Amino acid sequence: MSATTRPTARLVLEDGTVYRGRAFGAPVDRFGEVVFNTSMAGYQEILTDPSYAGQIVTMTYPLIGNYGVNEQDNESAKPHVEGFLIRELSGQRSNYRSDADLSQFLAKAGVPGMDEIDTRALTKKLRVAGVMRGVLSCAPESEKLSDADLVDRARSGPRMEGQNLAAKVSCKEPYRWEGGFVPGFGRAETDAAKHAPNAFKVVAVDFGIKQNILRCLQEVGAEVTVVPATSSATDILKHKPDGVFLSNGPGDPAAVTGAPEAIKGLLGKVPVFGICLGNQLLGLALGMKTYKLKFGHRGANHPVLEEATGKVEITSQNHGFAVDPKSLLKNVEVTHVNLNDKTVEGLKHKEFPAFSVQYHPEASPGPHDSFYLFGRFREMILAARK
Amino acid sequence: MPKRTDIKKILLIGSGPIVIGQACEFDYSGAQACKALREEGYTVVLVNSNPATIMTDPGMADRTYIEPVTPEAVAKIIEKERPDALLPTLGGQTGLNTAIQLAEAGVLKKFNVKMIGADEAAINKAEKRELFKAAMLKIGLDVPKSCYIHTLQQARDCLSEIGLPCVIRPGFTLGGTGGGIAYNAEEYEEIVARGLMMSLNREVLVEESALGWKEYELEVMRDKLDNVVIICSIENFDPMGVHTGDSITVAPAQTLTDKEYQRMRDAAIKIIREIGVETGGSNIQFAVQPETGRMIVIEMNPRVSRSSALASKATGFPIAKIAAKLAVGYTLSELPNDITRETPACFEPTIDYCVVKIPRFAFEKFPAADPTLTTQMKSVGEVMAIGRTFKESLQKALRGLEIKRAGLGADPAEARALAAGPGPDRERLTQLLSRPNAARIFAIRQAFKAGFDLEKIHEITNIDPWFLRNIQELIATEERLRAAAETLPKSERPSARSGIWLGTDAKKLKEDVKLLENLVPLLRDAKRDGFSDAQIGCLWGMTEDQVRELRYALKVRPAYKLVDTCAAEFEAYTPYYYSSYEDETEVRVTDKKKIMILGGGPNRIGQGIEFDYCCCHAAYAMQELGYESIMVNSNPETVSTDYDTSDLLFFEPLTLEDVLHINETLKPDGAIVQFGGQTPLNLARGLHDNGVKLVGTSVESIEAAEDRKLFNEMIERLHLMQPPGGTAMGLEEARKIADRIGYPVLVRPSYVLGGRAMEICYEPSMLQEFVNQAIEASPDAPVLIDKFIEEAIEVDVDAVSDGTDVIVAGVLEHIEHAGTHSGDAAMAMPPHSLSEKVVARLYEITEKLARELKVCGLMNVQYAVKRETIYVLEVNPRASRTVPFVAKATGVPWAAVAAKCMVGVTLKQQGITKAVVPEHICIKESVFPFNKFLGSDTILGPEMRSTGEVMGIDTNFGIAFAKAQMAANQTLPKSGKVFLSVNDADKRHAVGLAQRLKALGFEVVSTGGTHKILTTYGIASERVKKISEGRPNMLDMAKNGEIALVLNTPSGKGHHTDEAKIRSAMVAYNIPLVTSIAAAEAAIVGIEAMRAGYTVKALQDYYPVKK
Repeated sequence: MSATTRPTARLVLEDGTVYRGRAFGAPVDRFGEVVFNTSMAGYQEILTDPSYAGQIVTMTYPLIGNYGVNEQDNESAKPHVEGFLIRELSGQRSNYRSDADLSQFLAKAGVPGMDEIDTRALTKKLRVAGVMRGVLSCAPESEKLSDADLVDRARSGPRMEGQNLAAKVSCKEPYRWEGGFVPGFGRAETDAAKHAPNAFKVVAVDFGIKQNILRCLQEVGAEVTVVPATSSATDILKHKPDGVFLSNGPGDPAAVTGAPEAIKGLLGKVPVFGICLGNQLLGLALGMKTYKLKFGHRGANHPVLEEATGKVEITSQNHGFAVDPKSLLKNVEVTHVNLNDKTVEGLKHKEFPAFSVQYHPEASPGPHDSFYLFGRFREMILAARK
Repeated sequence: MPKRTDIKKILLIGSGPIVIGQACEFDYSGAQACKALREEGYTVVLVNSNPATIMTDPGMADRTYIEPVTPEAVAKIIEKERPDALLPTLGGQTGLNTAIQLAEAGVLKKFNVKMIGADEAAINKAEKRELFKAAMLKIGLDVPKSCYIHTLQQARDCLSEIGLPCVIRPGFTLGGTGGGIAYNAEEYEEIVARGLMMSLNREVLVEESALGWKEYELEVMRDKLDNVVIICSIENFDPMGVHTGDSITVAPAQTLTDKEYQRMRDAAIKIIREIGVETGGSNIQFAVQPETGRMIVIEMNPRVSRSSALASKATGFPIAKIAAKLAVGYTLSELPNDITRETPACFEPTIDYCVVKIPRFAFEKFPAADPTLTTQMKSVGEVMAIGRTFKESLQKALRGLEIKRAGLGADPAEARALAAGPGPDRERLTQLLSRPNAARIFAIRQAFKAGFDLEKIHEITNIDPWFLRNIQELIATEERLRAAAETLPKSERPSARSGIWLGTDAKKLKEDVKLLENLVPLLRDAKRDGFSDAQIGCLWGMTEDQVRELRYALKVRPAYKLVDTCAAEFEAYTPYYYSSYEDETEVRVTDKKKIMILGGGPNRIGQGIEFDYCCCHAAYAMQELGYESIMVNSNPETVSTDYDTSDLLFFEPLTLEDVLHINETLKPDGAIVQFGGQTPLNLARGLHDNGVKLVGTSVESIEAAEDRKLFNEMIERLHLMQPPGGTAMGLEEARKIADRIGYPVLVRPSYVLGGRAMEICYEPSMLQEFVNQAIEASPDAPVLIDKFIEEAIEVDVDAVSDGTDVIVAGVLEHIEHAGTHSGDAAMAMPPHSLSEKVVARLYEITEKLARELKVCGLMNVQYAVKRETIYVLEVNPRASRTVPFVAKATGVPWAAVAAKCMVGVTLKQQGITKAVVPEHICIKESVFPFNKFLGSDTILGPEMRSTGEVMGIDTNFGIAFAKAQMAANQTLPKSGKVFLSVNDADKRHAVGLAQRLKALGFEVVSTGGTHKILTTYGIASERVKKISEGRPNMLDMAKNGEIALVLNTPSGKGHHTDEAKIRSAMVAYNIPLVTSIAAAEAAIVGIEAMRAGYTVKALQDYYPVKK
């Protein structure tokens, strides 16, 4: 359906700014924190990444929907974004794997979308003023509402700080993960030698885990059991893991009650590896602090320096909070630094086998430069077993 | 990691003349590299034979050699300069090949020169296809099935395995020269034979065809710490089968999921590592089977390429500059991103717009050549456009292409064509779609309009449905515009041309605007889809000016967005802009004085790098004077579109509409239209009438020089001579004029550059065809008919004036007699045969003309001199093609001098008080694309066909000429057989030439008439058969490598003649060919002089250079 025949829609921000465009996806209104992502491809992975719960995402790349969506590229069972903002929705999906178009996909999931807006202007606003609360209004019945009404709604919504969204998106019961890479896109098919399967046991704590993390763990030889975000150290150790993985996830790390305590209970007992929210929770468990970034890091081109090697990885990122380096403790080392703004990108405990990164070595979407970290986790586990 | 300190002096090899496949992108990369390396304190030695480049400006490198880019000449430079290192990866394929040859010849080892960036092993691994294929298989990547063959028999043997159609690619050639696609066995043998001949290593790859697959390119950079980043992905609109240089391409990739893109990225990183390009940029091409996603590696360029230039302009990431810094040891993380300043260069640019590149072709100049696009590159230039959507960028690119189209159809050109007759029928459309050609994009539109559906067009073209859908959407917007035309308010005034609003009556305007306000959303949608005012006017029955006025009244204007490498994630400091119809504009307007410089747009024959050179100098001059310089251009290959060249860069089409928008936004204190060639000159009147302040020579003077009547009056007023002639609006008038002045006559259209459709007409029977061609080339403008003065010496004079004083910058005497376009002619500076009296008189006349035309800035005058009589042929009060050549010859940056004059700094104030006559001899020689258009006759005429030029400098005329020939890849032989065949008029010269050749130890071979006359004069020559006399004939001798040089002057013209076949064959076999007596004489002088050998000398040793 061409843009001109679609109904109009509005995005209003808490500062009173209004953007008018055309609706697609579900004809509903949604509140969320408005953020931008600079990846040029990978919108399906972004939409289905549970870390975007509570957020309305705008893509800086203007042409979206070009390759449709497919069954294989979901990072979780459904889209988690509150809303989706783009410059132009493609009128044609073109890809051999595509089985649905983006608008239908979002409509089915109840997620509203809007295109035909100046996404660059919006991005600049968020960069300068910081991320903001907003309402994406695509419901026909909301057309009568004034801009001011919608601004009020944006202002009355909760701020991201203090929200424990991980608990909401996490699985509720432990389960044994069975899966694998999308055929043709596996690691072993292109990269390092294949590891023997199920060589060791990993418990992955699900704060909003992406499928590709599970695939990567499996790829290096792990048998993976996924447990809820609320699991205690005892709950976790019950599974007799050789290593524990702390997943990515949405919301404020400081609000994920119980997690730092659980992690404390694991340190020294079993190797620990964390990604994104997992990195922040490890930091909190080690006694460090987290803080909210002005507009976060969301994209697939952030350079991260590994201090030990001097090597730079181009990384996939999606986080609005970071570990405060000022709160660094003696027994913790910052292993990775973001070259753009010098924020903390990785931590390591000096005594215990525990490390984490703020970015996404599992990529999806994004570059595969940091896959080695899963291998490092494997080495750590194998070393600890000896 | 800090820069290397074991290296002090670095040799940079340039790419030589502009040829198809190697254009100004290597001036851009070389100029960036010079700056980057000198910034780090290295001494840079540069060799490039191309005087039209910015990189050969004597201030760019420490030691600048305008010498042939051949292993022999470069070895001499190495011996003299003793550089520590050679950077081979920034001078295109020529630079790479020369470096490899130097390495293989042991020169680098002998003088202890290290190759940096990529070494011999890496270059060979990437360039030698067998090695490349093995390397790809080793790292687990898929490649097309292929065979490497060195003989025709091998080719026959492997055909069954590969199957037809298949792709044939010769090794070590540029732009895919000699390659092609074979659909049947006969074609197969023909292309293989040609490929073997052209390949430097007599190696040809025969490859499984991936015809119709999706084609992608990745630009990759690596540093010595093994950090690898992808700068840009490119998806080709035209699927596999069309050379990427001839394809419409789009950045970034549009139809790859992240999984597929990352798989490609992983492959690219593995490839650059495996090949071993230690530092710098590479370009890797992939093909993807659209139904299965199977990805194969096509090829890799282990160097900065045309695509790198495109990627640099598309992303804002300066690939060449960074590559140069990486080559001397820096790592990506140590280098800052110039655009954001605070973030490092070690990242992957992300863009928030869509870039479209469209190639520009010149088939009209080679009517005998096959216009089908294949794996051998044929385009001569390209245009790039930036917009927020593919639709917008595509239309911007099409109107920037300067093929008289205002966008993708729905424009005046289409309306004219439709008025002339029905468009192509379905069968013809199917043909146009199935055989890739320069106008296929328009055929797609016509096919949609003719009722083809998307699936059908996809089936015929294999073009991705996503692209086709976008074209369909443009047609939908057009239909909405068309429907709205009915609702436009009608004017009551019967005089209204369009029947609607005229836009002059303020009260009426107000009323109409009210009525039209409900059209704003549609108008905005159309502009967001890239529709130009000319297109909208065409659909609404209005003029472009009327649409613009209406649009302004309705406040529909573009915003300017920044190209910032990071999609607005960080603040950007470089003011590099493009327009789009968006809400927020990002232009920062300062209160400094500003000058806007209009560039030349896409390169084409007749308008190329020379004009870009002038524009760059204008920018430098303005900056020097404290102005903010604003560059407007649409050519991604150029130095002018480097964000470093000007203070503000607007990457925009050079149309009235687009330039006026910039003018209204920035309100510059002046605009320079005289430097970018015909493109901005054609806009001068419109800009002037719309309030743009043009600096320098007035529009009236520019027009006076073009207007035949005014020109004639001026010549008379000044008591000068010009060939008799007149202007004709049609054939009858033309005939009358020709009868009056007598044949031969020169027929040409007005307002064109490069002698487009210019012909010498020897007899009345040909007049009709030539006049029609001229009318087609410049419709609605008069055709000029002049007496052609035979056997005259043609002279080009470049001059600069500040409005008061006039200084002659250079007098260039053509080597060929009048009749050859000045852009194609070889020239000598200073003049080598004109008398002092004539030269003095040329100065005098030039000064008179400049004063009369009130020239302020550059001026070029073309003269014909016959027995001391001087005829004025043409006066161009603008930059000419020879300005950079003259600047290199004299050491004076004439374009910058002229630009300063234009803003009021006098010549005296600049210290320019007299003409500079060099003591050395400078020869300009032209380079032609005949090897890409096989079958075309190579005889030079008044229509320009050269793509580039070289310069030979020496204190000896013969050596300077021989150097120029060498640089033009026409190295004159030292011994062997010379084939001599001249027309009847030239027979008397043949004797003298043969005698001199004999004296130099050459053997002479000739056919019929020439043989007879030589025998009569007692000169022994070997007689061979003409082609029509059976075999073995002259062609067989040439094929067997028995002929070292061909001297052939034409008796007739046309690609069908026997002699034309010979000439064309010589091009195919790369045998030096001379086609005029004057050039033959110069060649013999050159051969004579070269017997004692030659030396090389840097510009800095010819004249003092200001640092």
